[in-house]
Amino acid sequence: MKHIKTLHRGNLKQSLSKGGCGECQASCQSACKTSCTVANQSCQK
Amino acid sequence: MIHKFEVNGIKLVLDVNSGAVHVIDDLVWDLLDHGPDFDTDNVYKALRGKYPVSDIQEAMDELNVLIQENMLYTEWDGGIPAMAGEPVIKAMCLHAAHDCNLRCSYCFASTGDFKGERELLDFETGKKALEFLVRHSGHRRNLEVDFFGGEPLMNFDTVKQLVAYGRALEKKHNKKFKFTITTNGLLLDDDTIDYINREFVNVVISIDGRPEVHDSMRKTCTGRGSYDIIAPKALRLADSRDQNNYYVRGTFTRFNKDFDKDVLHLADQGFKQISVEPVVAPESEDYALTKADLKDIFAAYGRLAEAYIKRRKEGRGFNFFHFMVDLNQGPCAAKRSTGCGAGNEYIAVTPRGDIYPCHQFVGDEEYRMGSVVDGSFDREKQLRFRGTNVFTKEKCASCWAKFYCSGGCAANAFHFNGSIDKPYDLGCEMEKKRLECALAIKALETFEE
Repeated sequence: MKHIKTLHRGNLKQSLSKGGCGECQASCQSACKTSCTVANQSCQK
Repeated sequence: MIHKFEVNGIKLVLDVNSGAVHVIDDLVWDLLDHGPDFDTDNVYKALRGKYPVSDIQEAMDELNVLIQENMLYTEWDGGIPAMAGEPVIKAMCLHAAHDCNLRCSYCFASTGDFKGERELLDFETGKKALEFLVRHSGHRRNLEVDFFGGEPLMNFDTVKQLVAYGRALEKKHNKKFKFTITTNGLLLDDDTIDYINREFVNVVISIDGRPEVHDSMRKTCTGRGSYDIIAPKALRLADSRDQNNYYVRGTFTRFNKDFDKDVLHLADQGFKQISVEPVVAPESEDYALTKADLKDIFAAYGRLAEAYIKRRKEGRGFNFFHFMVDLNQGPCAAKRSTGCGAGNEYIAVTPRGDIYPCHQFVGDEEYRMGSVVDGSFDREKQLRFRGTNVFTKEKCASCWAKFYCSGGCAANAFHFNGSIDKPYDLGCEMEKKRLECALAIKALETFEE
């Protein structure tokens, strides 16, 4: 495309089917302890 | 729902419900003002004086492709994503000490005592905490325990005993404890560092940045600044972990809204994993951040993003916790909707064995959830937290950032707005700015490679 470059196609909906196992890290344990950020974590599945 | 934004000259649009992210030119930026309906007459009338008609048509065609492929204006039809199965607890903030050897001015824990007695966790109570976690963890294999305080190194013998006890529980119950520790670093020595490196998957060490900034807030009990004691020890620890699996974690206040300089100072000292975060405090405190500070704070994030990219290109990059976004292998929609899991999957346990939804709730009696000593646990409170997510919070439901911050901190919401359903506004604004920077950094790094 000339006017648009796609950085990421998006997979949130697809993640619904495999998601919710809960093996991922509790986000607050990593560094923040005051501000919840989840998107910088990785899926453990 | 879309969100278009510009950071340091790069224009992007996020398709909120799919998670797709696109870098766009000026024409598409203007076109998006006419979506999602794109009335052709209006579009051409508005833009033909600024762009050639053929270009407008071309850009419209590109937008239509994205819409057809569910990468723009995607509707959410996934219902409310939820964690599978029965509620379980998988993470614990274990307060090894309600005491501290620093007297930091901005301490949310009242310089370590959490507005109660100064006391240490004993081994028996700690054992019960670990057993409680195992008992409530269902089929979850990975269990997290963060030794917290106050200052946990003030009670390190007990911490070590508990780690050994945890290892024995692992074998018995087929679990894997991921131990971490959050420390001010004052008591770090070579033996402690060796032990931490053997047993702890992550370490958080508190340093605020420039010596004068750090020392103005983080003082010893005698009122002396602590930077000179802590910084060399922290660097020794970081280097001994090959600069991985740790964070130096600072707090910025109204007194250092140019906190980008603190982040870069830490990077200049050799730290590669850095997190510097806004103080959370009532406006009555002179160091508290307010809405009036946002302009300066946003400017600092912008400058930091610029320096971050520059240093990475020069081969002297570092990681800034809030600029890291995993677009490809990031968390699923269920995780992104529910956040840190406080009160549901994640609890805090005090030296007396009292259970709270997280460390930030300790001392809020209405949120006490039970005790590991007598084994009591308030399931209703757990279900209350479990039932709260970005779809149930009115403000989050219409927010573009909901799948990235996941509804924000429940404790901040409660402390500022009296309800875990009403997010802390100032926190939201800063989170959104950080996310914009993070996505722009990702775009620049991807397309310049």
